[in-house]
Amino acid sequence: MSENNLQNHSRRKIISRIMTLLTAACTFFAIGILLLIISYIAVRGVSSLSLQFLIDTPKPVGEGGGIGNAILGSAIMTALAALIGLPLGIGAGIYLAEFGNGWFGKITRFVADTLIGVPSIIIGIFVYTLVVLPMGRQSGLAGGIALALIMIPIVARTTEEMIRLVPNSMREGALALGAPQWRVTMNIVLPAASTGIATGAMLAIARITGETAPLLFTALNSRFYNGYLDQPMASLTVQIFNYATGPFEVEHAMAWAATLILVGLILLINITVRFLTRKKF
Amino acid sequence: MQSKISISNLDFYYGKTQALFDISMEIPERQVVAFIGPSGCGKSTFLRTLNRMNDTIPIARAEGVVKIDGENIYAPGTDVVALRRKVGMVFQKSNPFPKSIFENVAYGIRINGLHKNKADLQERVEKALRDAALLNEVKDRLNSSAFGLSGGQQQRLCIARALAVQPEVILMDEPASALDPIATQKIEELVVELKKQYSIVIVTHNMQQASRVSDKTAFFMLGKLIEFNPTQKMFTNPDERLTEDYITGRFG
Amino acid sequence: MSQTGTIGDKLFRSVLLIAAASILVIVAAILYMMVQNSLPTIERFGVGFLTGREWKPAQEEFGALPFIYGTLASSIIALVLSIPISLGVAIYMVEQAPKKLARPIAFLIELLAAIPSVVYGLWGIFVLAPFIRDYLGVFLQDYFGWLPFFQGRLTGIGMLTGGIILALMITPIITSVVRDVLEAVPTTQREAALALGATEWETTRIVLGNAASGIAGAVVLGLGRAIGETMAITMVIGNSAQISISLFEPANTIASLLASNFAEATDKIYMSALIEIGLVLFLVTFVVNALAKLLILKVASGTNSAKHA
Repeated sequence: MSENNLQNHSRRKIISRIMTLLTAACTFFAIGILLLIISYIAVRGVSSLSLQFLIDTPKPVGEGGGIGNAILGSAIMTALAALIGLPLGIGAGIYLAEFGNGWFGKITRFVADTLIGVPSIIIGIFVYTLVVLPMGRQSGLAGGIALALIMIPIVARTTEEMIRLVPNSMREGALALGAPQWRVTMNIVLPAASTGIATGAMLAIARITGETAPLLFTALNSRFYNGYLDQPMASLTVQIFNYATGPFEVEHAMAWAATLILVGLILLINITVRFLTRKKF
Repeated sequence: MQSKISISNLDFYYGKTQALFDISMEIPERQVVAFIGPSGCGKSTFLRTLNRMNDTIPIARAEGVVKIDGENIYAPGTDVVALRRKVGMVFQKSNPFPKSIFENVAYGIRINGLHKNKADLQERVEKALRDAALLNEVKDRLNSSAFGLSGGQQQRLCIARALAVQPEVILMDEPASALDPIATQKIEELVVELKKQYSIVIVTHNMQQASRVSDKTAFFMLGKLIEFNPTQKMFTNPDERLTEDYITGRFG
Repeated sequence: MSQTGTIGDKLFRSVLLIAAASILVIVAAILYMMVQNSLPTIERFGVGFLTGREWKPAQEEFGALPFIYGTLASSIIALVLSIPISLGVAIYMVEQAPKKLARPIAFLIELLAAIPSVVYGLWGIFVLAPFIRDYLGVFLQDYFGWLPFFQGRLTGIGMLTGGIILALMITPIITSVVRDVLEAVPTTQREAALALGATEWETTRIVLGNAASGIAGAVVLGLGRAIGETMAITMVIGNSAQISISLFEPANTIASLLASNFAEATDKIYMSALIEIGLVLFLVTFVVNALAKLLILKVASGTNSAKHA
């Protein structure tokens, strides 16, 4: 190798080395941000957390207060959303996987992917015009519907992907025995894909539990325990938003504590799912 | 005959599985050596130890000595990048970059900074294409995509791309296995032509191909080198019973 | 086949078809309801709605330009900051990290995407905004204060803070798509480069070249998310309907305008104006996402190298 070439050669290797370091730095930066956010939530959340806080309803500033009704509201609306969203989403997913190779399937798949990216606040406005305006007031029902609409395309796509992982030989084996398609799907394919579908459903539930924007003007908020679906309903996320944007220090502290509960729950779901799927696949 | 590559006592492992056993061999300069053997016999693995291509597999490990021009390429501190420039490789399936024909060949010249100026680059690209017997077919469309070429042309483009960085050894891993008979014949003619300048090692599952192009042939089985002899002897009067069984088609 | 089998199959398929069709119905209904409810302002202001700079609901004056500007500017800041980091993380995961580290890293990055928007907002208000006010902003003003972007009063709340929060939020999304497209690049491309004596980084550049359209798709997808992101940016951007070149000034985006004003819009024309601007957001994000999907599909179906290599 000539002198010139040798120089070029070592320069190239140095560049390669530097780029490796840079990409590693990007990775550790991103992970660092995650740890920074989580540790802030942990440290500032724990200091205001108490059993009373988890049970109480919001009170005027200075008198304490808690997020009991918000936790209940979030649970009710998430359950309602799952009740509507899971059957439709899973059904749509099965359709896409089993019959979705024609033009209708292709369009639906494409629209579902695009709908996943539509801002959730748009879903909020849509449900406002669809449910809140005719009913004349905000309600837990409207909030639950908004969350369900966010769930459907997500669940549909993960269900489809999970079903497509089921080997074709399983289907063919059953079809060759003379079983009708619907039996094959219900008795063979779905059980085989059930862990994956459940995983997708849990992740979708984690996702809507963290949604705020679609609840702002559908479920609105409430200061009281309330199980009626036709009444405005509190939620953890909207409560966090209100506490965080309020003027008082005590409210901010409560926002951190409520966040600790919310993020703890969401991370728990994610980590559980992670370990469940690791065993399975 | 001077030897270009000298392998002694090479063992190779994928994790805990041993894939090559105690292989020793001298690869001569400016000749064609063919590796034959049933699939899974380790001939491709062995080929890839010669430019340390197996380094890309995390669990792979080689033990032993491989000397090229007297230097052990498995010695600590070996410059793998420089090694691979010196030992070029052509793969089973043609793998041109998603670039123009010209840029495919120019790539190695550019990254290695071999050219003095633009005209020199042009000249080097054309020479490599000419040496790979492709220039006449593509000279009017150097700037069109490499994917527009036929399978055989793409493979010769990959050969040109390897030649452009001025290697001393060329490793070929079943270079014609995906090609039709006419394209295969062109590659074989090319191999015979190229040995005037380069030491060539070619892996093939096709024994006729080995007998047509190579000067020496090595027969592998189950990770072991069974026999290594001049091709003519190998195909007429092999030393080993196993070799005879294989080339007469009794197994494999 | 038995009679019950065919009837069962037809019924089964019809029920599933209804579920699948619900997705199309939702999108059609969103479009219909939003157009219906924004007709008053569409008819009254026409295109002027999009180009007007004044937003005074009390005087029934509705110009959406400040919000369109705020949305675009904050999204561009987010992309500029996020693209290099996302690419870096994805490249590290796929091309460079030890195989044992790649999966845990991917999981941690996914967790970053699982954190709710309102939590990013909370963190933005109480951690990031003070940091920008006291450190980053001061630094930028000291060294780059001559640039118009970095002039004005430092409050910590404003366009830059919004852009940075958005960048953090879209990074995991871009990263995971880029990771998928890099993994889809055939190994033979890497081997081809290595065999020519390319260094690790030169090999990575060949891989990036193969994945170019998928990477573009990932970036467009990130853009779509940034444009539509609502809660976090509402909490840190300052919600002020102004167009300012300074990144320290408060601004507003379409989504945060909706989040903070929709509940109090009581009269019909104000509500119509908000829904119309929401319609704009819907159409833009729909088109952006569709584009991203097409770009990513192009890699997955191998219209470039994958098929040939």
